[in-house]
Amino acid sequence: MEKFTTLTGIAAPMPLVNIDTDMIIPKQFLKTIQRSGLGKNLFDEMRFDRDGNEVADFVLNQPAYRKAEILVAGDNFGCGSSREHAPWALLDFGIRCVISTSFADIFFNNCFKNGILPIVLPQDQVDVLMADARKGANARITVDLDAQTVTTSDGLSFGFAVDPHRKHCLMNGLDDIGLTLEKAAAIDSFEAKNAALRPWA
Amino acid sequence: MAPRTLYDKIWDDHVVHQAEDGTCLLYIDRHLVHEVTSPQAFEGLRMTGRKVRAPEKTIAVPDHNVPTTLDRANASTMTEDSRIQVAALDKNAKDFGINYYPVSDVRQGIVHIVGPEQGWTLPGMTVVCGDSHTATHGAFGALAHGIGTSEVEHVLATQTLIQRKGKNMKVEITGSLRPGVTAKDITLSVIGETGTAGGTGYVIEYCGQAIRELSMEGRMTVCNMAIEGGARAGLIAPDEKTFAYCMGRPHAPKGAKWEAALAYWKTLFTDEGAHFDKVVTIKGEDIAPVVTWGTSPEDVLPITGVVPAPSDFTGGKVEAAARSIDYMGLTAGQKLTDIQIDTVFIGSCTNGRIEDLRAAAAVLKGKKIKAGLRAMVVPGSGLVRAQAEEEGLAQIFIDAGFEWRLAGCSMCLAMNPDQLAPGERCASTSNRNFEGRQGYKGRTHLMSPAMAAAAAITGHLTDVREMMGEKV
Repeated sequence: MEKFTTLTGIAAPMPLVNIDTDMIIPKQFLKTIQRSGLGKNLFDEMRFDRDGNEVADFVLNQPAYRKAEILVAGDNFGCGSSREHAPWALLDFGIRCVISTSFADIFFNNCFKNGILPIVLPQDQVDVLMADARKGANARITVDLDAQTVTTSDGLSFGFAVDPHRKHCLMNGLDDIGLTLEKAAAIDSFEAKNAALRPWA
Repeated sequence: MAPRTLYDKIWDDHVVHQAEDGTCLLYIDRHLVHEVTSPQAFEGLRMTGRKVRAPEKTIAVPDHNVPTTLDRANASTMTEDSRIQVAALDKNAKDFGINYYPVSDVRQGIVHIVGPEQGWTLPGMTVVCGDSHTATHGAFGALAHGIGTSEVEHVLATQTLIQRKGKNMKVEITGSLRPGVTAKDITLSVIGETGTAGGTGYVIEYCGQAIRELSMEGRMTVCNMAIEGGARAGLIAPDEKTFAYCMGRPHAPKGAKWEAALAYWKTLFTDEGAHFDKVVTIKGEDIAPVVTWGTSPEDVLPITGVVPAPSDFTGGKVEAAARSIDYMGLTAGQKLTDIQIDTVFIGSCTNGRIEDLRAAAAVLKGKKIKAGLRAMVVPGSGLVRAQAEEEGLAQIFIDAGFEWRLAGCSMCLAMNPDQLAPGERCASTSNRNFEGRQGYKGRTHLMSPAMAAAAAITGHLTDVREMMGEKV
């Protein structure tokens, strides 16, 4: 996993609420057995018409946002299906950070496993960032994970919360499985105890 | 010890390790696997030389991609990429030695129907799957939720998940349901009340008389859609109905182990005075048969209602409602019962169980579907299909004009040949009415099996109570 420390980039405004993972990556693209290559189909049914032509007014098709690295989105981003193809597609497109008032749980978790930082902020602060994102390519938002701040192009900073374990993993690009396997002895002893307590399980 | 909720108890019994910051390593009793969200996880194991830690607790079944037509043994019924995904699961199951129900097995079906049916899902367990509708298994008083593919790999390799504990939410449905009202109406009405983000960060415990009165099938329908309310997991405390359902299932304990299990399961309830962070109470009598009008499961209204106007909402929902009404091809103020449909889909992990088929067949018996409609029943598993045939339900569906299909996820997510064409409108017993969910530009109205059957007869959204001679 790629480390996430700081990011200064173009933020695309997507104020729609309840953007679900079916929108982020429609089901016909889930038939891959790889993680890579999904960026070209990110938001496919919003981004392209049936003939594969770009929908001009979709935000990521607008010249200012074609290289966006941050999304500022409406409430409950990433709801619906658990498909990790959603963060894979975002990452493959180049999005490293999503900012919203709320995220669906599974999507939120999946982001951290892929080097994407989801940031939850109150509505008024998301509104400020949304307005900043609307300024286009010249307005760059800065995210500093170590300091836990998001800074607008005007220099206005907002602090955000992040789980310390997840922050540590993200900043160092750590693989969860490797960390857990260091606790193999604890898993062994749990299984031994469990076999006696709940032998049917 | 302080009084604990059911969620607290299951959680406490599965903590392998707790870090100082509260991050826990949680033991997983059952890991269910399907073909869409697992190939990259198995590939990860291969690349790192890791094994599946507990293959005997890992159960795989292909369901999302598989065609449901009777000729599906013919490979040409699947697209090349679907075939590759199913073949990958065949190979991964064999290479890693996990329990497997291939497409050719009569026990094959939707993973969330197969798990309980085979007795893999039992009270007090932790159950995960790379699928958000894993919440279904909570009906047994199991802590069950969906995970991403990285977490699938983590569970395969370690039989654990890194988790932080969620908050407790109680959803109580008091009293009894009125005739024509079902588990689906409960679960949709709860989402209508709380919104699709109302459960985010919570595990929901459903309780109250109306929940106790539901069968296990109905309870699975309720828990299945906990995720649509934003909650990762929904739970219902196990009782005699739960134990009776589990007894004798192929992978349920037998003899002395059964007795020991039963003694433990009887401790799985929320203690008097336990703390809930949020409580929602709905009167069972107040719940009507409902349908969705929009493109979010929270867009729920009683069938007696009308399509709302964007101005009925506030905040970001104003724009979302306008977008939904446009996408759905509706007009504000239009009566829901005036909405004409093209397709009826009965099936899915929400409503593909035997009781769902019985409810739909009861409405359809001796009747014909509206001419020109496409209607299909897709049983949730090969065993549900066999039972429905034995009970004569299949013949009722066929006589009414429904297609009688083989088991799979089918039109719930349209990753297989069962899809809506652009602009087609479907009365569906599935769980998501998102844009494009059942096919590009397809329009989905969610409802119960009885309501879908009623719509099949009339060709428009219909109040099933009128067909039952009930006063509304």
